[in-house]
Amino acid sequence: MSTEVHTYTVSIYTENNIGLLNRISAIFQRRHINVESINSSISEIDGVSRFTIVVSISEDQMKKIIGQIEKQVEVIKAFYHAEEDTIYQESCLFKIKSELLFEERQIQNIIKDSNARIVTVNREFFVLEKSGRRHEIELLYRELSVFGIMQFTRSGRIAVTKDEMKISEMLQAFNN
Amino acid sequence: MKEFETIKKNNTSTKITETITGCEAVVKCLLAEGVDVLYGYPGGAIMPVYDELYKYQDKIHHVLTRHEQGATHAAQGYARISGKTGVAIATSGPGATNLITGIADAQIDSTPLVCITGQVGSHLLGSDAFQETDIVGISTPVTKWNHQITSASEIPEVFAKAFYIARSGRPGPVLIDITKDAQFETFEFSYDKCKGVRSYNPVPNTDISKIEEAATLINSAKKPMIVWGQGVILGKAEEQLKAVIEKANIPAAWTILGASAIPTSHPLNIGMVGMHGNYAPNVLTNQCDVLIAIGMRFDDRVTGNLDTYAKQAKVIHFEIDPAEIDKNVKTDVAVLGDAKASLEALLLLLDKKNHDSWHQQFKDLYAIEYEKIIKNDLNPTKNGLTMGEVLNEINKHTKGDAAIVSDVGQHQMIACRYAKFNQTKSNITSGGLGTMGFALPAAIGAKMAAPERDVIVIAGDGGYQMNIQELGTIFQTKVPVKIVILNNDFLGMVRQWQQLFFDKRYASTEMVNPDFVAIAKGYFIDAKKVTQREQLNAAVKEMMDCQGPFVLEVCVEKEDNVFPMIPTGASVSDIRLE
Repeated sequence: MSTEVHTYTVSIYTENNIGLLNRISAIFQRRHINVESINSSISEIDGVSRFTIVVSISEDQMKKIIGQIEKQVEVIKAFYHAEEDTIYQESCLFKIKSELLFEERQIQNIIKDSNARIVTVNREFFVLEKSGRRHEIELLYRELSVFGIMQFTRSGRIAVTKDEMKISEMLQAFNN
Repeated sequence: MKEFETIKKNNTSTKITETITGCEAVVKCLLAEGVDVLYGYPGGAIMPVYDELYKYQDKIHHVLTRHEQGATHAAQGYARISGKTGVAIATSGPGATNLITGIADAQIDSTPLVCITGQVGSHLLGSDAFQETDIVGISTPVTKWNHQITSASEIPEVFAKAFYIARSGRPGPVLIDITKDAQFETFEFSYDKCKGVRSYNPVPNTDISKIEEAATLINSAKKPMIVWGQGVILGKAEEQLKAVIEKANIPAAWTILGASAIPTSHPLNIGMVGMHGNYAPNVLTNQCDVLIAIGMRFDDRVTGNLDTYAKQAKVIHFEIDPAEIDKNVKTDVAVLGDAKASLEALLLLLDKKNHDSWHQQFKDLYAIEYEKIIKNDLNPTKNGLTMGEVLNEINKHTKGDAAIVSDVGQHQMIACRYAKFNQTKSNITSGGLGTMGFALPAAIGAKMAAPERDVIVIAGDGGYQMNIQELGTIFQTKVPVKIVILNNDFLGMVRQWQQLFFDKRYASTEMVNPDFVAIAKGYFIDAKKVTQREQLNAAVKEMMDCQGPFVLEVCVEKEDNVFPMIPTGASVSDIRLE
């Protein structure tokens, strides 16, 4: 089994319960593993939540952690995926002074080239939204930081897998 | 949030509802789950439930321990000897946090436990109210499941789910935190036992082809060896294990928590593995060709250095918890599922074998261990009492029928090495967590669950004093446990390590001890102190003949060491005899 460190995306289907985030994050914390990003949302199944977690660890360690996650009573199923197995995105928001839009023509080109979207504009500032891969967001950040960024925030990764994850079938089996 | 949809309803039951308070519902839930005794300590936030326990005292027995930690260990002792779920109850804040050690112990030793804590009113949550702690947050890493109830209507389903989760699959502790307002609130009560939780699969399906693969490996093995753990006891698979080892003639060793599943007198029982286990099974772990692990988790105290552990062997792992597969030791064949069913299926596929020369290797190594260690432990010729000879004396009186509840340290290793066991669930000790102070309260629960059995505490002078206050519980309940203190005026195991690995710098391990007999007598418990070998037989007899509880302090050699020993990080086959 490989001990080489890779970036993995973890998908966890769970019941929607208070405290579960704590229970899952404790599994990583206990093993001194840094969680690069974590996202929790509804899933494609009614009443089922989905966590998307990104970590950089060995596959050996990853498998053991999936076992520990699945052991939690309210976890329905957990999967881990290599980078090439998912379609993933992150999202970010930039708050920038509005005057720059007019004074620095270059900004308009940057926005156009990066496929970023202006969410709102007012007299003081405008808000730019960009979704994409990490390196695209980082590139945009570098380009805009030259002009000054009033605020910046980036979301955790969200990802869907190329292969099917048969959660509905598992839940169906329980109901029968 | 909306978790209650997850509990499968029993549609056939006719629901009888009644309007009652949350706190009465708690007691009715316990009765519905067959709870006859619970261990605990009252306080502000749990007082409504205690008021109901007062009303129901003819149906449910509450034992007032002297500390909440004692309550959890007593509930553990109750669970370990009976196989039933132990129940502990405490108030919020310090009452709740005092449960944590016992909960952690139950988690790592897979003991079914339901702990109930009171909580401040829901309007006060997060306000740093008097005796408020986030016990759900605190207990999360050491519970199998936990839940906070803020509305009385949640009580029946949460309790049903708690008992189901605690006892099913790989058992473990569950904590239910109930706000005070939820205890007072009235609602329409009805109770249905939990039959399943959709996100939780307690017993994974067994792949029959894996059992076939296992059988093929075992049938072709020249030097097979079994190491079984507590999974055999929890899975009620003792008879099946015995049948398997007898049919295929496989030498079988046990982990500390697996002890007593097969009688110690069984010719194929080759003793304990691990740090202070027996010489032969440790050494031959690194010579066997097929290692069959059953209901055990390859703890580091069992395996020593993993890089040199059984590398020559094909490893078969029978296990209920998928997370244990390949966690520490890479397996060749993993058989998931229930131990009893798996071993039953395996038995049919096994060939009869004799493996005579392989058995001889165990006998030869046992002879070495006997000559170098066991003989001197059990029948010493030098002055100064050994812990081993005390166990030997106890064996003579119990004939192996007693349950031995040991604490943690040198005396624990000696007790597990030398105690004779005829029946299962007889070795009650804190294995995974190594909780000093476990034995005294655990014995209270064990004796209450199995009043027909002799229950003997083996404690050291250190651990005994960690929950010595439970003598008060013993006095009040008159529970006739026998307590043997093996007193060497040291924290013996730590001292042994200091001697061997820290150049005898005995940092804070010497104990200046009180008069243990006087303390016992202060609680009106009969007690005796033994300092000479000649007194031992009569004193043990007096203890065993005593109708009530009894404390026997035996002053043993101060600086004896427990051998064999696998030093930390060493290979099992490098086990030291001196």
